[in-house]
Amino acid sequence: MLGTGLLQGLGVTAKNFVGSFHDPARLTTIEYPEVKTKLPEAYRNFPFLVTENATDPMGTLRCVACQICEKECPPQCIYIEKSKDKKPDATGKPQLFPAIFAIDTSVCMSCQICVEVCPFDAIKMDQVYEIATTDRFSALLLNREQLAKSNAYYHEIHPTEAAEVDARLAAERKAAEAKAVAAAAAKAAAAAAKLAAPVAPKTPAV
Amino acid sequence: MTAALVLIAVVTLATAAVALSLRNLIHSALLLIASWFGIAAFYLWAGAEFVAFAQVLVYVGAVSMVVLFAVLLTRRSRADTVIAPDSLARAISAVITGVAVFGVLVAAILKSSLGRLSPAGVPALPGGTSVSPVISAPTATVREIGIQLMSTHAAALIIIGILLTVALLGAVILAAQDGPESKQESP
Amino acid sequence: MNLAVIPVAASVSEWSDSFLERLPLFARDWMTSWLPEPWRWLVNSLLSIAVILSVFGLLFAYVTLAERKILGRIQNRPGPNRTPIPFTKLRFFGLAQPFADGVKSLTKEDVVPRGADHLLHFLAPVVLLAFSILTFAVIPYGRHLVPVELNAGVLYFFAAGAATELAVFMAGWASRNKYSLLAAMRALAQLISYELPLLLAWVPVVLVAGTLSTTEIVAAQSGWQFNVIPHWYVFTPWGAAGFAIFMIAALAESNRSPFDLPEAESELIAGHLTEYSGFKYALFFMAEYFGMIALSGMAITLFLGGWHAPSPYLEFIPSYVWFMGKLSVLLLGFIWIRATFPRLRMDQLTRFAWKFLVPLALINLGNAAFWSLSLHWSGPFQILRWLISVLVVVGPFVLLGRKLSAGVAPRVYRYAV
Repeated sequence: MLGTGLLQGLGVTAKNFVGSFHDPARLTTIEYPEVKTKLPEAYRNFPFLVTENATDPMGTLRCVACQICEKECPPQCIYIEKSKDKKPDATGKPQLFPAIFAIDTSVCMSCQICVEVCPFDAIKMDQVYEIATTDRFSALLLNREQLAKSNAYYHEIHPTEAAEVDARLAAERKAAEAKAVAAAAAKAAAAAAKLAAPVAPKTPAV
Repeated sequence: MTAALVLIAVVTLATAAVALSLRNLIHSALLLIASWFGIAAFYLWAGAEFVAFAQVLVYVGAVSMVVLFAVLLTRRSRADTVIAPDSLARAISAVITGVAVFGVLVAAILKSSLGRLSPAGVPALPGGTSVSPVISAPTATVREIGIQLMSTHAAALIIIGILLTVALLGAVILAAQDGPESKQESP
Repeated sequence: MNLAVIPVAASVSEWSDSFLERLPLFARDWMTSWLPEPWRWLVNSLLSIAVILSVFGLLFAYVTLAERKILGRIQNRPGPNRTPIPFTKLRFFGLAQPFADGVKSLTKEDVVPRGADHLLHFLAPVVLLAFSILTFAVIPYGRHLVPVELNAGVLYFFAAGAATELAVFMAGWASRNKYSLLAAMRALAQLISYELPLLLAWVPVVLVAGTLSTTEIVAAQSGWQFNVIPHWYVFTPWGAAGFAIFMIAALAESNRSPFDLPEAESELIAGHLTEYSGFKYALFFMAEYFGMIALSGMAITLFLGGWHAPSPYLEFIPSYVWFMGKLSVLLLGFIWIRATFPRLRMDQLTRFAWKFLVPLALINLGNAAFWSLSLHWSGPFQILRWLISVLVVVGPFVLLGRKLSAGVAPRVYRYAV
């Protein structure tokens, strides 16, 4: 009959109206900035440099200024200058570190290639989106101090990835240590053998 | 009371006169509508509420639309069209015709019941009895108008109704005839 | 306001003289008691004008806010809730939003096209608003609250409403924009088409009530049947049909969804309002909402019993509160309809008016005539009277509906897979 469709439509809107007060599915608005959306873990926006701890950020950067990310970056927005001296890294080996590490965020397209090619897990993708500034040129060029964020922060934003990276690094360190121990033991054994050998005279087998 | 009547008369006649003399046709139409408002005000002054509102409803609400549509759909050029008389003879005969119509109207009004004012200033009917004064409290309520329309003047009402129906049907036929012909012409 | 002489027995109840009912009159008398007699009438009229403008102006502001919030909730979003109350940080559900909108429209630049007819361009919103506000004069808002007591009140209301159509044309023509002109013509066609069902819808009411005066029509709807069902005209078959036709025509007359073709953004930009900005645009919308409120008020007067309470036990609530309550319900209905239905196309609109509403309204007139003639049928014949009346309403509706939607089937969507 004429008009039944109209009444059905009115019923649908009434249901939506009443539901918007008690049913979260019927009021899907997230009122930013009081409430922020829960971002997926794989969300990425601009890179940052990982430091081992927050108390000495510049001293514990994982980056060794190998400049692979600078060469691989498609829009060439990374600028690195190596340091003149070396200092020991997490495993104790003396490494170079970046004296200047700058990313131009007005150019960066968050493609993650720098993260993919870094052999030292030193640069990872951040999740910042509230970084608007009023200065279009200098404020969008982030330097080393602005880019350095702690490993704890990395765990916060990408928990599984950070856990995996930490596990891998710990395993590598242990392997390295084990190798070093074995090498030292072998060297010691060789040295001991060398020392022991001249004492015993070279007599023919009896 | 007289001051109100003079004001209403001045406004009505002035707007009508300016409407006749303006070059811009739309402005003329709108000023004519203003003069119709003046006539409605005159009806209100005379105490005929129903007629006043019917005047606004019909003239300003509907006839004005007809006038404006007609003006807009038949304009040949831009707004300014100077309408001047063709020759002096035509102008003089126009004035004579206008005065003659005015004279006929005044004569007709004076010959009717409104023209024969009794000494008390109240219009008199032919039989000698006088109607209640039109300027004081209205006795013509809507109910009485309805009763009069349906009984005394029923014939006039029905004839007007038939006339309007004929006009409506004629308009529909005139408008509808264009359709099939134009369809046949186009391949 | 006039101390309207309340006509005979029917509407005088024991609550007629209660303190709350007479409160506005006491306030008015207290304010003007020190004035001499001839001035009192003038100040009374000015007071009633001021009250109407302030009350309905505020109502207009909050109807716009209610509309945005209710529309938002229906569309799964909260609606405006950020505007703080001035000079504070309190946001309180966006209650200050209408005032922010007012400030915005006041401070916008008033752009008038160079070739436009400046006088008419300025006059169009003025004329529209003036006639929309004039229509508020004859609606009885309460037992003793009618601004002007007119013998032909209903006719005055619709005459003033008809004069608003002139302003639409003026707006379209004065803009010197051929699209505005076309859209103004279309808007006029819509307004004229729906004026006929609107007028035909209340003629049965006048027929049964026997008067054109709004106060008398309200008085004729007083009383209760078996102390339960009010005598409002909407509870009769012809009254229900007339109310439905009146409401649909009122939607169209105030350019409201689903008949808002003249003001849709995708139709010739903004129709006849294209060349208007800032405050003049706001005035057009104010006039539209005033028209909506006035037509709702008239519908309440004609069909819903005006300021009468729905039950004799609820009469202690003052009459103006009942009027405002009914007005709110009708306005919420308007908003609900806007949220639900898609816009009608121009030809669908005119076809609906001329081929469906006008015949139904004419049949309704006959139905009401039969109803008033069969008033004195005895006992069991009353049931027959109701049956015939209901049949005369439902029958043509179903038949006409079936005939008109004969060639139209529900749309079948075939998606490319």
